[in-house]
Amino acid sequence: MTDKMMLIPGRSSKQGTSLNKGKLKDEYKEVTSTLEMNKDDMDKRGLVDGDKVRMWNEIGETIVSCIGKKPEDLSTGLLFIPYGPPSSQLMASDTAGTGMPLSKHMMVEIEKVK
Amino acid sequence: MANENENIKIVENATCTFCGCVCDDMELHVDLNEKRITKAKNACVLGRAWFAEHTIEDAPAAMIDGEEVSVDEAIEEAAQTLVNAKFPITYGLSDTTCEAQRQAVAISDYIKGNIDTTTSVCHGPSGLAFQGVGESTSTLGEVKNRADLVIYWGGNPAESHPRHFGRYAVTPKGMFTPNGKKDRTVVLVDVRKTKSAPVADIFIKPIPGKDFEVLWALRALVKGSKLSSNIEEETGVPLETLSDLAERMKNCRFGVLFFGMGLTMTRGRHFNSGALLALATDLNEYTHFVAKPVRGHGNVTGADNVVSWQTGYPFGVNFSRGYPRFNPGEFTTVDTLSNGDADAALIIASDPGSNFPKKAIEHLKNIPVITLDTKNTDTTKLSHVAFRTATYGINTTGTVYRMDDVPITLRSAFDSPFPDDETILTSIKKRVHELVLAKHYAGGASGEAKVAAINPL
Repeated sequence: MTDKMMLIPGRSSKQGTSLNKGKLKDEYKEVTSTLEMNKDDMDKRGLVDGDKVRMWNEIGETIVSCIGKKPEDLSTGLLFIPYGPPSSQLMASDTAGTGMPLSKHMMVEIEKVK
Repeated sequence: MANENENIKIVENATCTFCGCVCDDMELHVDLNEKRITKAKNACVLGRAWFAEHTIEDAPAAMIDGEEVSVDEAIEEAAQTLVNAKFPITYGLSDTTCEAQRQAVAISDYIKGNIDTTTSVCHGPSGLAFQGVGESTSTLGEVKNRADLVIYWGGNPAESHPRHFGRYAVTPKGMFTPNGKKDRTVVLVDVRKTKSAPVADIFIKPIPGKDFEVLWALRALVKGSKLSSNIEEETGVPLETLSDLAERMKNCRFGVLFFGMGLTMTRGRHFNSGALLALATDLNEYTHFVAKPVRGHGNVTGADNVVSWQTGYPFGVNFSRGYPRFNPGEFTTVDTLSNGDADAALIIASDPGSNFPKKAIEHLKNIPVITLDTKNTDTTKLSHVAFRTATYGINTTGTVYRMDDVPITLRSAFDSPFPDDETILTSIKKRVHELVLAKHYAGGASGEAKVAAINPL
């Protein structure tokens, strides 16, 4: 079984409101550093809400905190994070001739930061 | 119209430019003493934050390498930087007026540079699909008045475009939809069950990365073809769900497919958008069906329009040969940065230093960058020249395009001490033009150059 999971960065309400306050401010940094994860996937890894996780792939790595989502809302193997500097660290630059990197389809691995 | 009441000004029918909905029914209460908007009636949660947080910050109007300078000095340095570069790029433009966008295109033309907008990392793949497939389109007003089947695919408007449901597509009462939502069926297709799901009558959750297959299966069903029994295994969507949706699509009076980044930023990219546009086209054999991309930034649609009518192409345009060439994957900004092509960058109202792939950000740190922004960002932090600008639609008038290509004129709420994008870009353009002429016609302008000098772009 592979540990790779699919990371989907996207807009959230809090990300949208906090960026208006300023993208260098703590609120925006916190919002874009909070990873949503299927509760069952968290249980398997011994994670609870607020735990720090290291998330990495062949491009780079970042450390974020995680919160659980109901399995019916976020399927197993999927991760969601409000997009921002942490998710950019994991984004490949290849655009396959389109100009668009695969911004919502990033395969990553995660582990708990002890 | 504005009414004076002590120090409070009311601006009616103002426009919110935070997202592509560009809602133009705002009632702004402006404290002229404090120079801030204290209330934005009719605004959504994002709009309220947009109006409340764009105040006049105590910051220099212009900086070079982090040191405060005059705006004129910064304009001179910006122009010199751009003219002396071999592969200058211009990028951003989705959060500024069409008037400013036009100036940016002119600068790129003069310096034989590259111009691209945030469209390339937004609905750029849909732009490619429009060229390949075509677009059955409409305004949001037509949707409000006529649509009885509304499908959102790969998007979460409840959080990204909160008033899309209430103002345009789900609950408003229209000419042929007098009962609002009761007269409509709403479908949401997404790999996550988001905050938009409660609005939908039908929620469909495909396997991530299988949007193309689902769309192609719907095309087959609409045309009456039989599907393989393993379609659920392949896509995560049961055959009966797909068959039901195909029938609803064929039998509605006016259907609309709104599609978002869930299609363009995932495996398949422009093929996903193309499949959706082809499905909409197919459905016009049975009923009236349209497809509209849900656009993110306030004037990203304007950027497409302005760059198109100025160059012939919507984004990813290069002037290095003296005429515009369009080549996504080569002249799009993630590529010009990641490949190490760009040797100077003019970034307008955008933050690639935060949102781009790591490799592109690294290159941005190694070249001279000129930014125009209303606030400090990761991109302004790494800039050689940084201009602090007025906020469009709050401190300036101008034109923006709603996501359905309807142009809307902005109303200013209060003045800013900072110049607006159009003013700065016009000044850079004039200086760039002088420098280009001096560089190429050191002995004095002649012939076409004289004409160009008299008639700047």
